[in-house]
Amino acid sequence: MTRPPGGVPPRPPGKPPVRHAPFQVERQSFRRRRLIDAACALPLLGWVLWWLPLLWRGADAPMPASLVLVYIFGIWLGLALAAARLVRLLKGANSAAAPPSGGEGP
Amino acid sequence: MSTLNLLASISIAYVALLFAVAFFAERAAQSGRVRWLRAPIVYTLSLSIYCTAWTFYGAVGSAARNGFEYLTIYLGPSLVMLGWWWILRKLVRIGRNQRITSIADLISSRYGKSNLLGIGVTILAVIGTTPYIALQLQSVTLSVEVFSDTAPIEDPGSSLTALWVAAGLAIFTVIFGTRNLDANERHHGVVMAIAVEAVVKLTALVALGVFVVWGLSGGVVETLARIDASELGTWQVNNGRWAGVMLLSAAAFLCLPRMFQVLVVENDNDAQLRMAAWAFPLYLMAMSLFVVPIAVTGLDLLPEGSNPDLFVLTLPLSQGKEGLALLAFLGGFSSATSMVIVAAIALSTMVSNHIVMPVWLRLREGTASVSGDVRNVVLLSRRLSIAGVLLLGYLYYALSGGRTELAAIGLIAFTGVAQVLPALMGGIFWRGATRVGALAGLTAGFSIWLYTLYLPSFGPGTVLPASWFSTGPLDITLLRPEALFGVSFDDKLLHAVFWSLLLNTLAFVAGSLFSAASPLERLQGAQFVSARAAGAGARSWLQSTAESEDLMVMTQRILGPNEAQALFLREAQAQGVQGELPAPTPEFLQVLERELAGSVGAATAHAMVGQITGGAMVSVEDLMAVADETAQMMEYSARLEAQSLELSRTAAQLRRANDKLTRLSVQKDAFLSQISHELRTPMSSIRAFSEILRDTQGLTRADQNRYASIIHDEAMRLTRLLDDLLDLSVLENGQVNLNLTEGRLEDILDRAVSAALADEAGSGIRVIRRRVGEQVRLTTDVERLSQVFINLISNARKYCDAEAPELQIMVTDARGQLLVDFIDNGSGVAPEAQDVIFEKFARVSDQKAGGAGLGLAISRQIVTRLGGEISYLADRGGAAFRVILPMRQEIAAQ
Repeated sequence: MTRPPGGVPPRPPGKPPVRHAPFQVERQSFRRRRLIDAACALPLLGWVLWWLPLLWRGADAPMPASLVLVYIFGIWLGLALAAARLVRLLKGANSAAAPPSGGEGP
Repeated sequence: MSTLNLLASISIAYVALLFAVAFFAERAAQSGRVRWLRAPIVYTLSLSIYCTAWTFYGAVGSAARNGFEYLTIYLGPSLVMLGWWWILRKLVRIGRNQRITSIADLISSRYGKSNLLGIGVTILAVIGTTPYIALQLQSVTLSVEVFSDTAPIEDPGSSLTALWVAAGLAIFTVIFGTRNLDANERHHGVVMAIAVEAVVKLTALVALGVFVVWGLSGGVVETLARIDASELGTWQVNNGRWAGVMLLSAAAFLCLPRMFQVLVVENDNDAQLRMAAWAFPLYLMAMSLFVVPIAVTGLDLLPEGSNPDLFVLTLPLSQGKEGLALLAFLGGFSSATSMVIVAAIALSTMVSNHIVMPVWLRLREGTASVSGDVRNVVLLSRRLSIAGVLLLGYLYYALSGGRTELAAIGLIAFTGVAQVLPALMGGIFWRGATRVGALAGLTAGFSIWLYTLYLPSFGPGTVLPASWFSTGPLDITLLRPEALFGVSFDDKLLHAVFWSLLLNTLAFVAGSLFSAASPLERLQGAQFVSARAAGAGARSWLQSTAESEDLMVMTQRILGPNEAQALFLREAQAQGVQGELPAPTPEFLQVLERELAGSVGAATAHAMVGQITGGAMVSVEDLMAVADETAQMMEYSARLEAQSLELSRTAAQLRRANDKLTRLSVQKDAFLSQISHELRTPMSSIRAFSEILRDTQGLTRADQNRYASIIHDEAMRLTRLLDDLLDLSVLENGQVNLNLTEGRLEDILDRAVSAALADEAGSGIRVIRRRVGEQVRLTTDVERLSQVFINLISNARKYCDAEAPELQIMVTDARGQLLVDFIDNGSGVAPEAQDVIFEKFARVSDQKAGGAGLGLAISRQIVTRLGGEISYLADRGGAAFRVILPMRQEIAAQ
């Protein structure tokens, strides 16, 4: 993360949202950057989660295989879906960044 | 036999289907309809060649033998795909930008287009892939044997199945893999066929899984319970292997020649990768989801001692599900064929590009060859290479006995190709990586792999003497193939992976650190490492080691390649460096900055060079300097524009002045003749009459008086002329004394009119005055001013050519100035004469010889002395003169 999160200042209440081009561009690139960071973090998360079972061997009661299977495949599915979502959001952020007056992201 | 015939016909029909798919895909590609061929889903499915027969049969076998370890083979690649932003994105872009044709090509071009490295990687890939191809042939043969009623054939060499499969695959690959010699080496037909095969094998495995889970076990909960109750019931895994094989499979996923072929070479756009990033992990998950249930059910239901590698086939057969077993056979067949086809294509490209072609070109050196010639040779060498690769695979299968565990063979191959990983990753992330380092790392890794894993895999005593395994070569126990330096990990694979990759990496880094890169190598390195949009943070380390090639790359972009190379060569020679890039000395940087400044401006050039050499960020100050420079340039160009405008104005003025001078010169010449005439005429008459008076006797008194008065008049005329000239010269030199008195304008005009019109009594011109405006008191030299007025009025009288001449005198008071206009109704002064009439000796026409042409010149001098000015007003109908006088006489009398 090269920037602190939460760069969007709150809008004054009761006023319609005002489109401000540089701010919009800034927000898009900021959003894109966060998405890229998330995409980079995803495999590391998967790595850690999939190595976690290595620590289960020392447990008193042996871990049942079915639980491990559900755990590993659950993470698999979750990671794939998260990656799919990130790819879609990134694509949205890219296309929204190209025309500054484009619609809101998904 | 009937089952075998059925299998044979199904296989042939299936291969025919693949032929059709590949053929129509090629046709579509040729007619330009490539859009659906390049669809991300096709790309994702083509990646499924990662799942070979090893996956299809071997995963179940591995699960039955070793429990959950089989999962690591798929978890590793899943992580690589999920982390596409880190490595794959960059790899794919480099592949596209540099037109990479294989992994050997990538390594070779990264390290200065070294052919030695290309050959090395090719040999490594061939040796690493051969067992893999053998594995596919073995699995097909085994699966066929399952269906035949006869006992398993003892000698695999006598089985013709593998040979037929190998031959068939060779034909298919030759037809679609070497159909065209495309610049970017993409094979639409093959990729499409592989995508179809991906669907077939997934369908087969999922169908079997569904049958096992819902058909045999009775549901998900029951299946899970069955798993818990079986031998695999508790979580037991070798920690080292879980971690090590996951990393190994991730490495192999990137380095396997066939994976590199579909991942990088066949890649067409980033959209493909974006979809594969999530869809391929899903595919892998689906492929491995039913492995444990099948293994557990197989162990439960099948007799003790059945080969678990074949549970996929034997389980449905034992339940009487022939159709499902056939589908499973087809799935396994698909897995095997797709892998063999792509591996053969990838290897043949490498073999022909890095081994056959260089040798052939070396042999042909000196003889002229046309391009079509080479093309045919390339295609032929590829075809022969494909046949050769498949033959090698078959020989390995025949020699190895065909009974090794499928998973073991696969992991041996993985470890072999993973030796490319340090050179590959270093090549795209570390600019300091050199050819020597890559060569050292590959050699170290490759030889350790051979020694610790590959050669021992043939069994003790076959290639390596059996004694080596117990006491080490030459009785050096530290060098035992399966326990180098006494470390064994209790696992041959882990041991080999650890030592080969560790020493590989160490040799690679050390070799890179202790060797210098050639210019081409450094240039390639810079281009690879800084491929567009490299991952965040990838640029930071050891950046300053490669300044010159960065500068070179940048300079090329700005100046163009030829100029940049010439500049760098010149500077290198100036520095006394031979065959290298010049060192970034301050002098060189100054020269470079100057050259660049010519194209982009000095501040920009400085910021660019500074960013590369200093590693510094472009600061706000730099940007402001750039902006300033731009503004200055714009201002400068605006100033230039203004100057050129001014210059053209001056030029026009000069032209006018020149014209005026020319006319003045003409006038002067004319006047000189005029003045000599003027002087000569009275002088002649004076001389003539004085001679008469002197020489003629008996002149009457009246005659004498007449002649004497003529002489007197002429002398007076001469005097007047000379007076005028004197007057003018005095006025011009500013030596005149003004006699300032107060007077009314009306009186001055009255005097002037009467004086001017006196001598010839009216002479016909009518003077129109408006006396109301003339009631102005002036402090001025009344005598001199009336002299001006007299001159103007007598000019009008002399030159006005109207039938009824009129002179209008108008006095206007305009903001502290008095305007006195003299306008007649004649034809006026010709335009070309208007700006010379105030000059000395100027006379409007020769015909109406009046004065000497000094009147207006004198008038102008007088008015100027009085603090006013006199001008000619054009376009007023007739001749119009305006005298402008200050209301209050302010100039000091001199």
